[in-house]
Amino acid sequence: MASEKPDHEGPDRGLSGLPGGKPKYSAFALARQAMQYHQGWQRAWRDAQPRDEYDAVIIGGGGHGLATAYYLAAVHGINRVAVVEKGWLGGGNTGRNTTIIRSNYLWDESAAIYEHALKLWEGMSQDLNFNVMFSQRGVLTIAHSEHELREMSRRVHAIRMNGIDSEILGPDEIRKFVPIINIDQTIRYPVMGGFLQKRGGTARHDAVAWGYARAADDLGVDIIQNCEVTGLRRNGRRIVGIETSRGFIKTRKVGCVVAGHSSVVAAMADIRLPVASRPLQALVSEPIKPILDTVIMSNAVHMYVSQSDKGEMVLGAGVDKYNSYAQRGSFPVPEHMISAAVELFPVLSRLRMLRHWGGIVDTCPDASPIISKTDVEGLYFNCGWGTGGFKATPGSGYVFADLIANDRPNSIAAPYALDRFQTGLLIDEHGAAGVAH
Amino acid sequence: MTQVNRLDGGLIDRDTPLDFTFDGRRYGGFAGDTLASALLANGVRLVGRSFKYHRPRGIISAGSEEPNALVELREGARREPNSRATMTELHDGLVARSQNRFPSLGFDLMAVNDRFSAFLGAGFYYKTFMWPKAFWERVYEPLIRQAAGLGALSGDPDPDVYDRGFRHCDLLVIGAGPAGLMAALTAGRAGAEVILVDEDFRAGGRLTMERETVAGINGADWAAEAAAELVSMPNVRVMPRSTAIGVFDHGIYSVLERVADHLPVPREGTPRQILWRVYAKRAILAAGATERLIAFDNNDRPGIMQASAVRGYVNRWAAAPAERIAIFTNNDDGHRTAADLAAAGVEIAAIIDSRPDAPASDVAELFAGAVVSNSSGRRGVGHVTLRLADGGRKHVSCGALAVSGGWNPNVHLTCHHRGRPQWQENIAAFVPGDGVPPGLAVAGAARGIFSTAGALADGRDQALAQLAELGIKVTSATVPEADDTPVKITPLWHVGGTGRAWLDQQNDVTVKDVGLAHQENFRAVEHLKRYTTLGMAGDQGRTSNVLGLAVMAELTGKTIADTGTTIYRPPYTPTPIAAFAGRSVGRNFRPTRLPPSHHWAAEQGAVFVEAGSWMRAQWFPREGEVHWRESVDREVLATRRSVGVCDVSTLGKIDIQGNDAGAFLDLVYSNRFSTLPVGRTRYGLMLREDGMVMDDGTTARLGETHYLMTTTTANAVGVYRHLEFVRQCLRPDMDVQLISATDSWAQFAVAGPNARRVLQAVVDSQHDISNEAFPFMACRAISVCGGVPARLFRISFSGELAYEIAVPARYGDAMIRALMAAGEPHDITPYGTEALGVMRIEKGHVTGNELNGTITAHNLGMAKMVSTKKDSIGAVLAGREALVAEDGLCLVGLQAIDGDHVTAGAHMFAESTPVDAAHDEGYVTSAAWSPHIGASIGLGFIVRGANRHGETVRLMNPLEGRSARARICSPHFIDPEGERLRG
Ligand SMILES: Cc1cc2nc3c(=O)[nH]c(=O)nc-3n(C[C@H](O)[C@H](O)[C@H](O)COP(=O)(O)OP(=O)(O)OC[C@H]3O[C@@H](n4cnc5c(N)ncnc54)[C@H](O)[C@@H]3O)c2cc1C
Repeated sequence: MASEKPDHEGPDRGLSGLPGGKPKYSAFALARQAMQYHQGWQRAWRDAQPRDEYDAVIIGGGGHGLATAYYLAAVHGINRVAVVEKGWLGGGNTGRNTTIIRSNYLWDESAAIYEHALKLWEGMSQDLNFNVMFSQRGVLTIAHSEHELREMSRRVHAIRMNGIDSEILGPDEIRKFVPIINIDQTIRYPVMGGFLQKRGGTARHDAVAWGYARAADDLGVDIIQNCEVTGLRRNGRRIVGIETSRGFIKTRKVGCVVAGHSSVVAAMADIRLPVASRPLQALVSEPIKPILDTVIMSNAVHMYVSQSDKGEMVLGAGVDKYNSYAQRGSFPVPEHMISAAVELFPVLSRLRMLRHWGGIVDTCPDASPIISKTDVEGLYFNCGWGTGGFKATPGSGYVFADLIANDRPNSIAAPYALDRFQTGLLIDEHGAAGVAH
Repeated sequence: MTQVNRLDGGLIDRDTPLDFTFDGRRYGGFAGDTLASALLANGVRLVGRSFKYHRPRGIISAGSEEPNALVELREGARREPNSRATMTELHDGLVARSQNRFPSLGFDLMAVNDRFSAFLGAGFYYKTFMWPKAFWERVYEPLIRQAAGLGALSGDPDPDVYDRGFRHCDLLVIGAGPAGLMAALTAGRAGAEVILVDEDFRAGGRLTMERETVAGINGADWAAEAAAELVSMPNVRVMPRSTAIGVFDHGIYSVLERVADHLPVPREGTPRQILWRVYAKRAILAAGATERLIAFDNNDRPGIMQASAVRGYVNRWAAAPAERIAIFTNNDDGHRTAADLAAAGVEIAAIIDSRPDAPASDVAELFAGAVVSNSSGRRGVGHVTLRLADGGRKHVSCGALAVSGGWNPNVHLTCHHRGRPQWQENIAAFVPGDGVPPGLAVAGAARGIFSTAGALADGRDQALAQLAELGIKVTSATVPEADDTPVKITPLWHVGGTGRAWLDQQNDVTVKDVGLAHQENFRAVEHLKRYTTLGMAGDQGRTSNVLGLAVMAELTGKTIADTGTTIYRPPYTPTPIAAFAGRSVGRNFRPTRLPPSHHWAAEQGAVFVEAGSWMRAQWFPREGEVHWRESVDREVLATRRSVGVCDVSTLGKIDIQGNDAGAFLDLVYSNRFSTLPVGRTRYGLMLREDGMVMDDGTTARLGETHYLMTTTTANAVGVYRHLEFVRQCLRPDMDVQLISATDSWAQFAVAGPNARRVLQAVVDSQHDISNEAFPFMACRAISVCGGVPARLFRISFSGELAYEIAVPARYGDAMIRALMAAGEPHDITPYGTEALGVMRIEKGHVTGNELNGTITAHNLGMAKMVSTKKDSIGAVLAGREALVAEDGLCLVGLQAIDGDHVTAGAHMFAESTPVDAAHDEGYVTSAAWSPHIGASIGLGFIVRGANRHGETVRLMNPLEGRSARARICSPHFIDPEGERLRG
């Protein structure tokens, strides 16, 4: 199956600003505001109080949830929507991740959704009138052994056949592309080659949440923070509303996008998801002058790294080996990833780590997400993005909105239905999602 | 070189003068100085530039919270950007440079940013740089990136080494101030195993910086005596220059010891730093408190400092930050600073106390109910402007302003398990709240007990409580007498004004930025932090967070308690990443494992390849062979013709014993093992829970309750971990024990028609290994070479008559030599992993290439191996309809035609379909040149493969634009009936 072109790539609203009438962000606006001591900037979003009833409620104010709400309003004209977030919006994995974006996955189903997302990323700042700093500086995945080279070539061929950009680099080309990398062939795991997706890159994670929140609010979506969902009220087999820490909210459509806590919310409707929750670790260094202008990933030595626009080196690695809801850094995983980083980039040795942390990722047995209806009518789940869902944010929100609006999945979402775990029509991306994000 | 601001006294060693340079200029200091104290003693105020606006910046603090005085230390490959001058011990010849400025610190072109600050407020970049679209990446972002960062890395590999180590104790005490010293003394005297860590090089904490009396003597002297007593106790370890940076589960603390940072270069043979992992039964956090500043317009000028730091520089380092100093305070502590300055003979310009009821001062002019509203001066403060109680204004000239805004307990480590500090109104500060890591108590100023006497008593009390929990008895524990005056405070966070008042000095966040965040509804503390970058600098907000929260609280009208706080993440202070890597760098990044025959193979001139972490012989070139294929072809043919030998010790070996060992194997393998007779071996297929093949290998039954499993080399660890999970978590009821025996046994495959003859020459004669007595798949404990215990397995990976012989690893080297000698009459040929690979492909055996995690038994044509008569992991899910569909992928052999080559990774297409994802039929997993067949062959998966033998397919390599044609065939290229291995 070839990837389908998304039917909506976002109107370029940049020139006119947001339709709901929020003052437009632009260099001129900034200059004008600077003269007026910035008195004129409005709230990016309202602190909405929960209303009694909505046409649809999205649980989870992460990037995926906010994007879902935005597309419900922008594409499907469903504006009586609330996003219900237990903490502050963007405070889950959206605000904790290492922001790698790419679409070079192995299977056609994955190519379809991640490429759909990548296309939306390419116009997101303009669409949302919010600079999310999407930076296509390239994502280079490195191979360190014959075995990896072999796997890589199968993967790259598959990616190419899906019409997604990808190229193979040899050690010398890698050296040219990334001068600080150690390509000495006598080191423990020499760099033997790699594949590059030039259109891949990074974005500013918080800005994605805020940009969607502002644009959704502009279209009338209520964003309700500090409101924890504690129950899913059903009548027979249909959802009729949600219980929250701020009271009952009536609705006939509930989209659940709570990442690491999906199993917890699913249990409120007596659903058991095939999802395991584990901490994933990441860290940043102090800011230093630019030395790395791309994203480097290595599965064999188990780490990936990029440098933020602020100058911090952002490093990540694998998940902890056990299930847990502890959203915090652990010891062994960072140790491991740091020695890998020093191995590949000896120049980083004296650099100081500033912070490290963990986020709870929700992984499915086949390392692909769930975008699905459930046995409860009107209850939809979008989860299981595991270690790599940030890159999917716009695509995920787009197809999930479509699913909620039409009560049937479109062709991109269809393969991600829950029943695949029964039929065995799995989309196994362990290879692509192992360390890689 | 005169040190213009050096006073008398202090805890410096005037007999040891030191030279150092800053931005190329030479200065003098003394042993005991920090770079910061020495710079101040030399009258240097301007030391850095801020991140965004490149504003001139000076030293603010005397500790690890320093946000401004970040410099590049040392030269060449040892260059260290962003080093805190306040934590840098001076050594002779130290070289330091300012950073983030061009061309010089005094004249920085990037300071134009400051002129444009009206445009560059919080989050400005989210609102612009969007048009034209293509410009973000081509123009705007490169500009932003060029401006980013503070210091620069050297670009060279680090010449120093780092270590990691482990330590254990009953009680870890973090911080050697009065509370920590008293806690350590109490526990140490009671005989507990104690570790006391402090980031400073001198024990005493604040006592080193105050003029206080403890037990009738000077506080610093008391601290020195206490430290000396602790050092003399065999059960106590005192670790100076050591920072506890993180708290992890189960009482594990990471402690960074800066072994050699106070030296020009580490001493020969010693590491620069050690990252300790301390396993503490209990711990006490006695990390003290950090003084806050008060925000007012232009409060970021060099010379505007924490009052406690000013006092510390004067008392401990005999360095006056200026000749004439003004004091701005909202609490009694400011007056202590005044007293100390007066005692040291430093001129006090004025005391500005924001409290109308400020206590009178007999050392300087006091302005009660007044505030500092602005500062002026070039590259450092020259004047401050006061707004007096009556509304009047007044200018006061001064070279430094000591600011005391109250104290924040250093609660950071209590947050590492996501604990939330709580607001304590009477001291106007956050103290440890819920979620403090189990086993960690907090003592002294770190929990808001600010007086010296209070800290001493609390240190003792917390230690007593911890010792009681550990069951350690304490007979008496007295506390020395000390100052016990409470500090009264009336909070003042910022002084209103029309200019810019700094909250986070490193990241250039001002009161106005918080206002904008409020206006735009970034009001949650985390939004405030992320939108404005408040508290995201190197000090993790130690000097800024609470101020920012207080300003936000004022704007929202909520209390600070309701506004809440962000929490801190490890590490406590920025930590060189090399310390986490320790010695696991370069060649030692991972252990290199050498199979038992390695030295022998090296003697033979073998070419090695890394497999897992093993160095395995890839092939054994002979004189005259120029291409590796010549060697490999020869090894294959010689083995198939006569006999070959290969070290296979790297395969995982797991020893499984217990009454339920058989049942356990029935659970983890898809086929049955409980029925395997003793003395026999069986091939097993192991599935993941989701039904995918996880690993394969042979398992031998050595006794009624004793099995030996082999795994693939790559999965040895993964399978062992999986089995432990099954044993401990899924079936704790089973009587079964596991141990990895991979390293214990050297194992060699002896393969080829003459294999038995070779073995008969080494196996002791009482063991009959004839075909009848020891048939295919037999296994037995035997002895070789006159009594060496061994195990013999009759299994074959090559398809030949073959054995694997195992001896204890220490005999491995002797065994390979004995086998080579015994095989000489048969021209025995050692073969490497390449020949092994060729032979297994010829035989159609799968390995990791095929078992890629997406393959089922059905795909492998082994569906029958998944027993339906018993339950096993993965069996149910392996039966899902799509996984057993008739048109699924199926393992096939591929033989290239017309001299083409099969390449692994190629995708397969039928003869005349378009090459696109829709027509992709499968892929090649393994490829080799088969000398036996005389063609390039391979294995792969193709849809409906079992029914397509004989069909021609195209193998496409779109990336390299290559393609080849191959015929689909059975994966068993040789001896499909298996006659050879039974012979
Ligand atoms: C360390 C780390 C690094 C990562 N790196 C990358 C990367 O480089 N690239 C990439 O593509 N992906 C990466 N990821 C994965 C990515 O972050 C996630 O897949 C993605 O952000 C998930 O977005 P979300 O909106 O679904 O979830 P979240 O952002 O986690 O949002 C879920 C929200 O649901 C809320 N919630 C939960 N329970 C309830 C309830 N009962 N009531 C109300 N609200 C509730 C939570 O508070 C949370 O805000 C990384 C993840 C981590 C942890």
